[in-house]
Amino acid sequence: MEVLLFGAFNGLIVGFFYALMALGLSLILGLNNVINFAHGGFMTLGGYFAFTLVPFVGFWGALVIAPFAAGLLGLLAERGVIRRLYGRDPLYSMLLTFGLALILEDITRTTWGPQGLPFAIPDFLNSPLSNIYFFLTGYRLFVVIIALVATGLLFAVLRFTRLGVCIRAGNADLETVASLGVNIFFLRAANFTLGIMLAGLAGILAGGQLGLTPTMGTSLIMPSFVAIIVGGAGSLIGSMLGGLIIGVAAGVTGMYYPPASEVVIYLIMALVLLLRPRGLLGQEGLYE
Amino acid sequence: MSAQTPTKLRTRASVAGPGGGMAGLALFAALLLAAPLWLPLIGSYTDLGTRLLVYALAGMGLNLLLGFTGGLSFGHAAYFGLGAYGTGLMLQYAGPNMWEAVAAGVLLGGVAATLLGSLVMKKHGIYFAMITIAFGQMFYFIAVRWNSLTGGEDGLSGFSRRPLTFPGGSLVLTSVPFYYFVLFFFAAGVFILWWVLNSPLGHAMVGARENAQRLEFLGVRVERLTWVSFAISGFVTALAGSMYALLNNFTSPLDLDWQLSGYFVIICVLGGMRNFWGPFVGAAIYVLMQDYASSYTKNWLSVIGLMFMLVVLFFPRGLLGMLQRRKRA
Repeated sequence: MEVLLFGAFNGLIVGFFYALMALGLSLILGLNNVINFAHGGFMTLGGYFAFTLVPFVGFWGALVIAPFAAGLLGLLAERGVIRRLYGRDPLYSMLLTFGLALILEDITRTTWGPQGLPFAIPDFLNSPLSNIYFFLTGYRLFVVIIALVATGLLFAVLRFTRLGVCIRAGNADLETVASLGVNIFFLRAANFTLGIMLAGLAGILAGGQLGLTPTMGTSLIMPSFVAIIVGGAGSLIGSMLGGLIIGVAAGVTGMYYPPASEVVIYLIMALVLLLRPRGLLGQEGLYE
Repeated sequence: MSAQTPTKLRTRASVAGPGGGMAGLALFAALLLAAPLWLPLIGSYTDLGTRLLVYALAGMGLNLLLGFTGGLSFGHAAYFGLGAYGTGLMLQYAGPNMWEAVAAGVLLGGVAATLLGSLVMKKHGIYFAMITIAFGQMFYFIAVRWNSLTGGEDGLSGFSRRPLTFPGGSLVLTSVPFYYFVLFFFAAGVFILWWVLNSPLGHAMVGARENAQRLEFLGVRVERLTWVSFAISGFVTALAGSMYALLNNFTSPLDLDWQLSGYFVIICVLGGMRNFWGPFVGAAIYVLMQDYASSYTKNWLSVIGLMFMLVVLFFPRGLLGMLQRRKRA
């Protein structure tokens, strides 16, 4: 029982990383109609930015500033190149972000070195909270809380602000939103930036848990695609749920049969595609 | 009939060599046949020519789906890598017969593509791409984690090319004979693709790319077309992967990685994915660049990444697409 709990909780933490990534990817997929292969690259940069910022502004300062720094970089990429490809064959925006992903990984590797870096977290977060459930460290609980707060903020923005209403409306029908006088160029840029900020945040949290390596983004982005497919395209809550499900599944499998811990999430994806092709909470008929 | 003719003309015309016409095709074939003779003269080497054939075949296989049927597969490294592993494992564990080893690789990759194709055939556009790339990564993890069989992260290195045995003797596949061995399979793969594209099936595939809805109205099941195209494309790409394992006497999880899938797509786009020989041209540029850049810079990822961005922003039709357009204008 304890083994099961341990695996499930470990998986839940990783699942929150997947969920944050999948949320950002899903936002960008919905409104910008782009598969952002560079999402992992931005995530990694978020983690490394925080690492560099900690000596100057402390852990808490870095936790706030680094996502904005990553978001700013994302905004530059969107303004600079990605927006040129809206409305063209989606193949091209995919190739563009693919190239961007390779460049970001290379930049990270050249700037901070190919070896992993330890990302120091405050001592009081690092102590176990319970003697029996030793895996319940403060930092893991912290990851859960921050991820939930960030997601809550995102949903609040989408629900209650004008920007959020425009984003949701744009997901349904961007042309109509444009004809109502909303500046959709600004809207898409803001949406892209929001998505990248989530990735940056995921990078910091994952860095504290797993350590920083130039390839961490690459290894987290694939499961995030799976999370979106399992959760269903067009549903943000679905993407989040998908991330948590595959995280827990991988964690539990890893306890009993470690070699299958990655493969199991792809089997879940195959099952979902067979039994419920639109995903758990996906819209019927989208992309069919 | 009148609706069909333009497509027919277009695919027919595009089947000729990069120069165009039957004369171009003959010249192209002669150049390929004589490559081991002239490659050393321009300061190159035979294995580079072999590598070009492998990448070109993989790209052309992918392009049946990507360029002619309109299915955005970002996961073709999976079938390439399975082809490589199938061949490598066969040689390592089962026996020294080269033909059986190639067959094993082609079957492994091709059957996997056929199975996965049935899961994605109903999806469109970017969702299609996302599912193919995610599934591709599954095989990467299987190769990494099934240590006892595949050698894990370090790759499979316990096999090597065996001599070809004939009733009258045997042929050791050193660099030059192996080039012709690969050229034979390259020609076979290209012929299959050409034959498919010039059949009614191929015309229907192009139709599915141009206007799937209209084809549905005509009673054609577009998803089945996508599936068939996916499967054939997977078999051909697996054949290329099998050749790649034999070329290197080695295969590793990197041959299954999603970055390689992206390279295959850019090979198609770079040369011109509306053109039968486009991926060949793309592969030539890619292989030369890789050979050149790897000896001058450590930042290969940035070089190729920048190339992705430049191609997309400035040469979206690819080299052959641009040339054709200029000719028409």
